[in-house]
Amino acid sequence: MSVEVRLTVNGAERSAAVDPRRTLADFLREDLGLTGTHVSCEHGVCGSCTVLVDGASARSCLMLAAQASGCEVTTIEGLARNGALHPLQEAFRDAHAFQCGFCTPGFAMTALELLREVPRPSEAEVREAIGGNLCRCTGYESIVRGILLAAERGAGGGGS
Amino acid sequence: MKPPVFEYHAPESLEEALALRAEHGEDSAVLAGGQSLMPLLNLRMAFPGHLIDLGRVPGLAGIREDDGGVAIGAMTRQRAVERSELVRSRLPLVSRALAHVGHPAIRNRGTVGGSVAHADPAAELPAVALALDATIVARSARGERTIDAGDFFQGFLTTALEPDELLTELRLPGLPGRFGAAFVEVARRHGDFALAGAGAVLALADDGSIGDARLVLIGVGGTPLRAREAEAILRSARPEQAVFAEAAERAAAGLEPGSDAHASGAYRRRVAAVLARRALAEATP
Repeated sequence: MSVEVRLTVNGAERSAAVDPRRTLADFLREDLGLTGTHVSCEHGVCGSCTVLVDGASARSCLMLAAQASGCEVTTIEGLARNGALHPLQEAFRDAHAFQCGFCTPGFAMTALELLREVPRPSEAEVREAIGGNLCRCTGYESIVRGILLAAERGAGGGGS
Repeated sequence: MKPPVFEYHAPESLEEALALRAEHGEDSAVLAGGQSLMPLLNLRMAFPGHLIDLGRVPGLAGIREDDGGVAIGAMTRQRAVERSELVRSRLPLVSRALAHVGHPAIRNRGTVGGSVAHADPAAELPAVALALDATIVARSARGERTIDAGDFFQGFLTTALEPDELLTELRLPGLPGRFGAAFVEVARRHGDFALAGAGAVLALADDGSIGDARLVLIGVGGTPLRAREAEAILRSARPEQAVFAEAAERAAAGLEPGSDAHASGAYRRRVAAVLARRALAEATP
């Protein structure tokens, strides 16, 4: 059995026919070649697969690709424009907010949602918002600093 | 892992969805928000032959005023309920409980109907439905019926829904007078499944004694547990620590929570009593 999936990813219309079992995470990675979205726990607790679906963060491992038909999906690849890093990415770089980078796209998409809703969050609000993302390397402090730095730099402004 | 093979259906009307449920019954699983079902599929703990995706069925989402309370469509995202001023003002227990449900990404997709129909004993929304004496609306090709929350949760992941039924709406009655609400739980990490938790609503009478009292526990059995004996102790008593302690002890007495990798039954029972006491204190208006 196959289903036709037709959606917008990072501003571009994409489509493919896939097995209905295909998760959005695997669709992005395998069918669209966007491997910036990572797959780890596959049951929604680690956050490494987090993308934005119609502007709202979502665990792409817990969505079927078929459910995303008609939606606008934003992945980590959608942040940079014409080779220029998004202010959030620059802030992560400047704050050393990652080590191996596996968890980073998930944190970035989660942070982007936060900053768009709350442009100048408190540290407590940042920690609350990223509570669903796990990092095995950093101990989180540099990630929190990176998000606060991004906020200072107005990273929440602008469109997707 | 990846989900097992299933036949995928995306009905575009409730009638179509109900016809699919009638045809496939127990061999079908309903995909609402997917935040409970997809983990089961990904971990290969469920093998439905047919998956019915409700995402394209119109008319199942919405929050509306209902006879002093609030009626919430089954496909309403938890995040929408979290942000609803109507819910916050009339049913603060719901708002407090939602703060503990997973993380924002989970609440963006997870639905009210899906959580209640899934009936995980550690989940917050089924407990809130039980505490507030909710009415569940169930539709099938045979018609519509309503089920009291007290009769709805029958066992671990087991509800009164028939295999051909869909939960379409949750109706939560309002609470009169001056009342407070609280929801407290213990989890390994905020947003993880609760090891134990308690939700409470306390209304005060004009003389300052407790009027209506609701107390519900999660993570302590196969279903959320309404602590009715504890509620009886609370009604007409003074809202004081000694009363809360007695009610909490009664709520925990006789509980035999299971043990698993996350916590022992003894731990859950002990923590449940502490959380019940805290919830009652915090719920005092």
